[in-house]
Amino acid sequence: MNTLACIKRVPETGAKIVLTDDNRSIDTTSLGFTISPHEECAVEESVRLAEETGGAATVLTLGSPEADEQLRTGIAMGADEAIHLETDGEEWGPRATATAIADEIEAVDETFDLLFLGNESADQVNHQVGVRVAHKLGLPVVTGIKNVERDGDTIVAEREDAGGSEIYELPTPAVLTVREGLNSPRYPSMRSKMQARQAEVTASTAERSDANDVTTIELETPESDDSPAEILGESAEAAEDVVSVFEELEVI
Amino acid sequence: MVLALVEHEGGAVADTSLETATLAREIAAQEDESLEAIGFGTVSGETADRLGEYGVDTVHGVAHEGLTDYAPVAWAKSVRELVDAREPSAVVAPGTDRGNETIAHLAAIADLPLAANVVDVDAGDSYEVTRHRWGGSLREYAEIDADPNLLAIAPHEVAAAPAAEVGAATLESHAPDLDESDRLVRVERREEADTEGVALDQARVVVGGGRGVGSAEGFDKLEELADLLDGAVGSSRAAVNEGWRPHDDQIGQTGTKIAPELYVATGISGAVQHWVGCKSSENVLAINTDPEAAIIGKADYAVIADLHDVVPEINRTIREKHR
Repeated sequence: MNTLACIKRVPETGAKIVLTDDNRSIDTTSLGFTISPHEECAVEESVRLAEETGGAATVLTLGSPEADEQLRTGIAMGADEAIHLETDGEEWGPRATATAIADEIEAVDETFDLLFLGNESADQVNHQVGVRVAHKLGLPVVTGIKNVERDGDTIVAEREDAGGSEIYELPTPAVLTVREGLNSPRYPSMRSKMQARQAEVTASTAERSDANDVTTIELETPESDDSPAEILGESAEAAEDVVSVFEELEVI
Repeated sequence: MVLALVEHEGGAVADTSLETATLAREIAAQEDESLEAIGFGTVSGETADRLGEYGVDTVHGVAHEGLTDYAPVAWAKSVRELVDAREPSAVVAPGTDRGNETIAHLAAIADLPLAANVVDVDAGDSYEVTRHRWGGSLREYAEIDADPNLLAIAPHEVAAAPAAEVGAATLESHAPDLDESDRLVRVERREEADTEGVALDQARVVVGGGRGVGSAEGFDKLEELADLLDGAVGSSRAAVNEGWRPHDDQIGQTGTKIAPELYVATGISGAVQHWVGCKSSENVLAINTDPEAAIIGKADYAVIADLHDVVPEINRTIREKHR
């Protein structure tokens, strides 16, 4: 089974976000970068399935030349191939992103049995690139999955809902958008990281379609509405007051 | 006309759909248009009455024998038929799994832009939308200009409010023209969670633990407190990464977003990625040894002490007072 995981270079989770002077984008000059958390799980699942079935795993990213770093992390995690659709670093909307990814998948002379994407990217949170890629390729898609298993040629995907989970069955090839928690992504060894530095990455310049998309006017960091908490105490003796608060709030 | 996609079960409309209807009604008012809704399965008179309270004029109940189980493409195509027939200026969906998925399929099928995670709309010739990014730690003002404008509303970010003038909603049946391929992807079956107790995103009280809990066993006292309060236990990403809790318990940007009446955050520093998952809580009580922890500045109540000392004492006090 040949698999593909689409990943995105994003500032590290927990990074303090500072905006550029024109408030149109994030100032990335002093930030560390990583693979979007859901997509880290996409890479792990993609590699596991390829390993189990004797197939090949490929990682693909659309992004700045610096996103080569995340592709090499994907290789260090076990991906066999890497494709870099290079941009000038400008943010692309979900329509243009999905079009470029789907066009590249059609152009690559290889059949992917399963395509993994993150349910949403950590930064833009658009919830739609995977679905758009699936439609462009004419493939079935399930979003937000927390578990995936193979049953012969059928893929059984599971998504949480209130009090349980929904089970979907799909033929391959198919697209799955995944959530963090699907698996525990492996930490690449130093040896695999060193090897990944030497690995070949297929790079090409991405052509941006002019599809009408949602246009960013301005970004803003919401002002904190912090107000001092009422301190109930500084030892276990505060328990009485805590329980009184519970009673006031009518939760007991 | 503005069209809102609503989710309902057993006559009850989901809270996220009431939030969606509220924002959709505001858009309709700005456009001086009416508000209609689309729901799947058997839409009852009770559901229509409830939506009427939120300003919905007409509820289109999608009736199709092939739609007894959720099937995202079939849902999207049904909405699209209605869009073609009724020509709304906007289609507004809740940002739930099904809402996000259905409107993304609609956007892909109709090749239209879609703004997700929307929290506010200024409707004009084009729409200026305010949307959340980075789980809500960044606000984006953006423009969308399409026919219709497709929007998914961030859950629990818009307060649901009934309309000032309440009218009765007319219930109409919409029978879409679907074929079997539209149901290729559908819910084959459901499995009930094997965990006991209240679901994290439904709980009135959530007791959360972070790195300060120190071990998987350390969560036992939080479980006990959650039991005493009929609540659920959640955790920060740090506790999940340590392997102390399953990812299902994670509250935050890439975990569950909660909106309980009370959130008791213990041993959690309150990094922004955690805070965006719990900021909709009505009340927050933080228990932390560090008075400078970010969560202390955000909480309503705080105890500056070791959770391992405080929580057992709280449990004992509750048992004594409420036995």
